[in-house]
Amino acid sequence: MIKVDRLSKHFGAIQAVNEVSLEINEGETFVLLGTSGCGKTTTLKMLNRLIEPTSGTIFINGRNINDQSPEILRRSIGYVLQNNGLFPHYTVAENIAVVPRLLKWDDKKIRNRTYELLEKLHLSSGELNKYPNKLSGGQQQRVGLARALIADPPVLLMDEPLGALDNVTRAKIQAEFKNLDELKRKTIVMVTHDIQEAFELGDRIGIMDKGVLVQEGVPADLLFKPANNFISDFLHEQRLQLELQSVKLADIWDTFPNVVQQSSVTVNAKDSLWHAMEIFTSGKAESIQVTGTGVASRSITLEQLMSAYKNYRHE
Amino acid sequence: MNEQRQTLLDFMREQSDKLLSQALEHIGLTFISLLIAVIIGLPLGILIARRRNLSGTVLSLAGILQTIPSIALLGFMIPVLGIGPKPAIVALLLYALLPIIQNTYTGVIGIDASVKEAALAMGMSRWQVLKKVELPLAMPVILAGVRTATVINVGVATLASYIAAGGLGEFIFGGISLNNTNMILAGAIPAALLALVFDFLLSRLQKYNLKKVKTGLAVLPLVVLALASLYFIPSAYGSKLTAGFTPEFMGRQDGNLGLRSKYGLKIHTVVINDAVMYKAAYEKKLDVISGYSTDGRLTAYDLIVLDDDKHIFPPYYAAPIVSEQALVKFPELEQTLNLLAGKITDSIMTELNYRTDYLHQAPEKVAEDFLKQVGLYKPARSGTGGIVRIGSKIFGEQYILAHIYNMLIKGYTDYGVSTKTGLGGTKICFDALANNQIDFYPEYTGTGLIAILQAPVKTVNSLTSDKNKTYNFVKTEFYKRYRIKWLTPIGFNNAYALMMRQKQADQLGVKSISELTRYLDK
Repeated sequence: MIKVDRLSKHFGAIQAVNEVSLEINEGETFVLLGTSGCGKTTTLKMLNRLIEPTSGTIFINGRNINDQSPEILRRSIGYVLQNNGLFPHYTVAENIAVVPRLLKWDDKKIRNRTYELLEKLHLSSGELNKYPNKLSGGQQQRVGLARALIADPPVLLMDEPLGALDNVTRAKIQAEFKNLDELKRKTIVMVTHDIQEAFELGDRIGIMDKGVLVQEGVPADLLFKPANNFISDFLHEQRLQLELQSVKLADIWDTFPNVVQQSSVTVNAKDSLWHAMEIFTSGKAESIQVTGTGVASRSITLEQLMSAYKNYRHE
Repeated sequence: MNEQRQTLLDFMREQSDKLLSQALEHIGLTFISLLIAVIIGLPLGILIARRRNLSGTVLSLAGILQTIPSIALLGFMIPVLGIGPKPAIVALLLYALLPIIQNTYTGVIGIDASVKEAALAMGMSRWQVLKKVELPLAMPVILAGVRTATVINVGVATLASYIAAGGLGEFIFGGISLNNTNMILAGAIPAALLALVFDFLLSRLQKYNLKKVKTGLAVLPLVVLALASLYFIPSAYGSKLTAGFTPEFMGRQDGNLGLRSKYGLKIHTVVINDAVMYKAAYEKKLDVISGYSTDGRLTAYDLIVLDDDKHIFPPYYAAPIVSEQALVKFPELEQTLNLLAGKITDSIMTELNYRTDYLHQAPEKVAEDFLKQVGLYKPARSGTGGIVRIGSKIFGEQYILAHIYNMLIKGYTDYGVSTKTGLGGTKICFDALANNQIDFYPEYTGTGLIAILQAPVKTVNSLTSDKNKTYNFVKTEFYKRYRIKWLTPIGFNNAYALMMRQKQADQLGVKSISELTRYLDK
């Protein structure tokens, strides 16, 4: 869907982005992760030509993005900003309708689509006539997302979309975004400096440092097959939690004892170890029943889970 | 002519036609220049917000324009644009530029960068970003700039009357020259009201709901255009010749009022400052002007004085007038000042004026040369015996006289001197003397009689045929009323006079004011 080939951007003597190559598949959420100044935002903004590269090419859907005018290109790419970037002189409704107006949709179509998104994003229609400064940070971010999604662009770019929110709101919106069907169909490129967020939301993650893409892959690859010390150091502090989150029950299914006990709690094999651990530590059950790999269910206790995880790590 | 004290309201009622036309001219001047300033300043402000490296240069240039004194700026305009509305509008628009450019720039660069980025990322073109996001968001700041510019323009537009562009300044400066408080207020109060009203209206627009600014934006240029067009209503009349009179001359019985009542002169008249009047006549911008019979520019610009065959211009013999306090404080002052008595005739004064006004020699040098020539010059003495304060009005002849007196006092006494030259018109100079801000200044008998004493018409008529009667009358009255003493006259008679270009007067066969009236009535 998106192909980035040897992309570089120099600001004077500073090499902000250096020879980055990437391929992002359709429907995938790709997270660019790194500290500030690593070049992740610059890379993102080159995708919709807010920044023009010094060298390198970008293809979206097989088409070089320089083949069309930036305005036309951007109307087919959703964009969500850290500080929401809502127009303070437009109401919520007008903000959401910016792109459809540029695309010359009729009023009825805009209204229907707006109400559809409001419902999905848990916004009430009472907010439509308010100005953005009357909304909470979380609501502003939801409106920002609605604005990016309204024309149903196949590609969505998100620049630290939750960066300006407090931890509680952030966790809540993160969970909502994750379950939003509108987002599941889209090819998403997201920039963040938050490792948790990257592992939570990313199908694949690319870690950048000093303008270079150091390693990219699925979360488990980054954890268990780091390309170099930089990657393992970068993930070091939160390693245990990240590992438990990125390993799925299905990954260690084979090491589970082949028994079934009736249990009050059932989990899906696609869930993470972290999820199972949370159930055990909350004291809801002694053992849990894992279902959904197509075959029969299996039951495990906390001890069995931990030893299975230990085996997995040492493989 | 009403001889009782008029109230301000009486005056305004009596002059309501003039007041209205001046106010319309004033509004028109303000808004024509404002409109052009917005047309120039807004794009320029946007340009420098896009190219920040230009902002320093553009803003300092506009800032420098702002610091040029208004009168000087009007003066610079005359050689290029002549007199009348054109130079006034250009000068006003130059003053209005800085606040408009500055505020547009500040407003546009002050917009949250993420909002601009979002606008671009949504797929807006540069023009759409400007129209839909940058201008609406910067609008309150831009309007604040327009508001500042409007208030500045209403104020500066009062000076437009110096160069025959009309406006409420005609009353203000006429009133100052004529010592007529009602006339000053009749101009100043409406001018202040205009400033307040426009400021208030624009402040309302500024605070308006952001949404409605959009419609306001569309309506504003139309309103400004409508207000601007007001300027052209009053000047929709004309005559064969155009006269340019000073604000002082306009309101005087021995000026335009007398010309109309005694001669029945009907001529299209503009109000103009005397500093530019002669040149405007020479350049054929004006045909008839009100001048002074000893003015040096008379010869320089080849003008002739029309004969005052009905004697409406009273004698204007110059003499120093001194406060009694000063005569007591400086016992040698009277005899020193009287050294000049009878020494300067009309032709000498015209010659001296010619040297300063036309040859642009410094008044000090002209004064010193003259004193040496007549053998009165003495080098300065110690200057330790107290400071004598000399005043002068704001024209060449008075500067020369002030410098002559300065040298005489320093050469013949031990007093020091401080000169306060350029004290505007008669009213400012006389008030300074009456309030002990200065010790003496040269005044003219006719001015004393009419502008200061405001003698009734009958008295004026009975006195003006004889120069001694006039002098004695003002001498007695000034001492009685103000404790101010008229010393011996200097000799010359700088009377008002109507002047025309020599060539035109010959062509039309006009030698006197009566002949001019007959020509115009034809």
